[in-house]
Amino acid sequence: MYSFEPSEEQQMLVDAVGKYAINDLRPAAHEAEESREFPRKLVSKGWELGLLQASTPEAYGGFGERSAVTCALAVEEMAFGDLAGALAVMTPSLFATPILLTGSEEQKQEYLPRVIEGDWAPYTAALIEYRFDFDPNALKTTAKASAGDYILDGEKAFVPFAKDAEAMIVYADLDGITQGFIVPKNSAGLTISNERENLMGLNALPMYRVKLDTVKVPASNRLGGASGHNFELVLASMRIASASAAVGVAKASFEYAKNYAKEREAFGVKIAQKQAIAFMLAEMATEIEAMRLLTWEAAWKLDNQKDDAATEAYLAFTGAADMAMMVTDRGVQILGGHGYIREHPVELFMRNGRGFAMLVGLAIV
Amino acid sequence: MTIEFESPKPIVQTQFVLKTVAEEMMRSKSRYFDEHEHEIPWDYIEFMHTAMKSMGVGSLAPKEKSNGGNGGEPKEKRPPIAYQSLAAQIEMLSWGDVGFYLITPGGGLGAAAVQAAGTSEQKAKFLARFTEDKPTFAAMCMTEAGAGSDTSAIRARAVLDEKTNEWVINGEKIFVTAGDKAFTEYEKFGGGFIVVWASIDPSAGRAGMRAFVVESGTKGVTVSKLEHKLGIRASDTATISLVDARVPYDHILGSPTVEKTTTGFKGAMATFDATRPLVAASGLGVARAALEFLKEKLDENGVEIRYGLPRQKLSNIEREFIDMEIMLKSAWLMVIKAVWMADNKKPNALESSMSKVRAGDVGTKITQKAVEILGPLGYSREFLLEKWFRDAKITDIYEGTGQINRLVVARQILGYSGSELR
Repeated sequence: MYSFEPSEEQQMLVDAVGKYAINDLRPAAHEAEESREFPRKLVSKGWELGLLQASTPEAYGGFGERSAVTCALAVEEMAFGDLAGALAVMTPSLFATPILLTGSEEQKQEYLPRVIEGDWAPYTAALIEYRFDFDPNALKTTAKASAGDYILDGEKAFVPFAKDAEAMIVYADLDGITQGFIVPKNSAGLTISNERENLMGLNALPMYRVKLDTVKVPASNRLGGASGHNFELVLASMRIASASAAVGVAKASFEYAKNYAKEREAFGVKIAQKQAIAFMLAEMATEIEAMRLLTWEAAWKLDNQKDDAATEAYLAFTGAADMAMMVTDRGVQILGGHGYIREHPVELFMRNGRGFAMLVGLAIV
Repeated sequence: MTIEFESPKPIVQTQFVLKTVAEEMMRSKSRYFDEHEHEIPWDYIEFMHTAMKSMGVGSLAPKEKSNGGNGGEPKEKRPPIAYQSLAAQIEMLSWGDVGFYLITPGGGLGAAAVQAAGTSEQKAKFLARFTEDKPTFAAMCMTEAGAGSDTSAIRARAVLDEKTNEWVINGEKIFVTAGDKAFTEYEKFGGGFIVVWASIDPSAGRAGMRAFVVESGTKGVTVSKLEHKLGIRASDTATISLVDARVPYDHILGSPTVEKTTTGFKGAMATFDATRPLVAASGLGVARAALEFLKEKLDENGVEIRYGLPRQKLSNIEREFIDMEIMLKSAWLMVIKAVWMADNKKPNALESSMSKVRAGDVGTKITQKAVEILGPLGYSREFLLEKWFRDAKITDIYEGTGQINRLVVARQILGYSGSELR
């Protein structure tokens, strides 16, 4: 059957996350971006909503089953508040969720309770590489098997909270396929840059370069254990998260521009009463809804192990990234000169909106 | 409740059957009827009539108490899927040939209007005919030369003759889809009807607008012209003139008295909330045909679509193709959501218009791009693609142009009335 109504449980979660997004994330967003720092207290508060905990079975310290659809709903809602804040709150998932989805039993038992049971702690993952043609399925960072260990070499970029990270998953090319490896902090040969990344947006999220110079990890640290893991599933989950966040940011821009257009007067009427503006808004709303539905479907397919789930996740990710750019650009355009001023959030939404096409790997459902 | 994307079984089964119909009865004749405008594809019409009768459906309009879809045993507590099923059928038939789909016997928009605004007596009286022996048509007459999207400009008048208790209708309606088949008395067809929109009180504006069922062959009514069109040529588009045409009193849909509110008109316009996603579904069927044909030709020529690559690594054709697929899939989900809402009696004016906006855009863009990518092959009449390009354009025009639907969407999201956002 088709159905487009969240379950009661999902709705309760969405409402709770929505409250946090509006009451906590959004008011803090501007200052956080300018000062390049998100208050840790707010991050902890977001963590206490228990998104990751609710996705993790009791056996590993959580209290629920993971559903990509539920996560997609929550990510959209949180990103609606602020993208950088949302990504900060969810950073530990970058480490925990791939283990939960594709890790070996030993890995789940060893790592999941640690991440889940305490307060928010910097566990992270390193996927992105600093190249124009960055492709998660063709990484330049390499892993080589060597006498019961793996040797990792290469350089990673945009790694959230890498500086203080207790452990991270590093994705590397192993004989032509991408595989994740659990790398504990202070591993020999692992260097985290002192400088933070300086990007067009997401400045409230501390991100770092990570260098791997013959970093040796035991074979048991390969995700999934000796036989490895299904990276396609991890990537699909990342893409769905990214698509959901894109929908959330786009919605934020749309709502703000809509409310502005209903207040702002020109030529004796509200500018929303002009078709030039009203049609832009109508198209924004339509595009947002289209990509939301495509993202939901991809998430549902992932939850139900449909053959084309990964392809659908790719389509949702690609489409949502384009949509976010289009919508957030219009958000600025509708505010005109005011949209270009940093006092209004639409320019931040636009900077964030541009990132989705290239920033896979900063969130996961 | 939950979020789910599993196509219901009865729908999948119907689609499977209709795919064969589309291939055997439609595609094989598409080119002929594109080149022989105004000829009637009798074989198709008779086949569809017989087939639908055997499935227990007389028309493509959803039945009031339909439960579990066409052909399925009605079971209790099954979620209603009549509109979803209908959208899927229309999509598949339009994948075959949208011109043919438009002349599928049954009530079409005419019956939909009776269904939406008629009393139970009227429904019994006017809708029974579609399950009888001969294929039968009905059509909707709204547009006039001076009134397209702006239906308040309709000039047709209906005046009650109190002596005979008949409505006397005068006016001229254009762009009536299947108007000829619904009104003209053909031996092979059962007697159909047209639903004519006219004002019973011009001083009341929209509030005075009513729809009237006019039986085929009614005196004073003539099919005065058949249009020559860009596409959908298998479907007749008629001009219908009404000169002192008399219809019985009880042929009026809705209240015969005019209140100074527009509720009556709004009720009538609600028909469009139900039918817009269906028109969108039709447009997406053509778009899917074009996209699948493009894929087939690319395969033949050894062009692969490498899913999963970042944008920067894709070829232009791959980017275009992937974008087209994103457009098509997401537009279809919008249609499904809108009809799912209709099935579940949720107000869907916004979703319904959104789906139509999106399908109009998507159908047009996909067919345009497919022709472009295939170059001379796309432009040639050797293949149906160029025809689908011409056919698809109508989706963005009829049942409310893309612009009118944007206006509807904008008013909904802004909470504006028609006077606040003109």
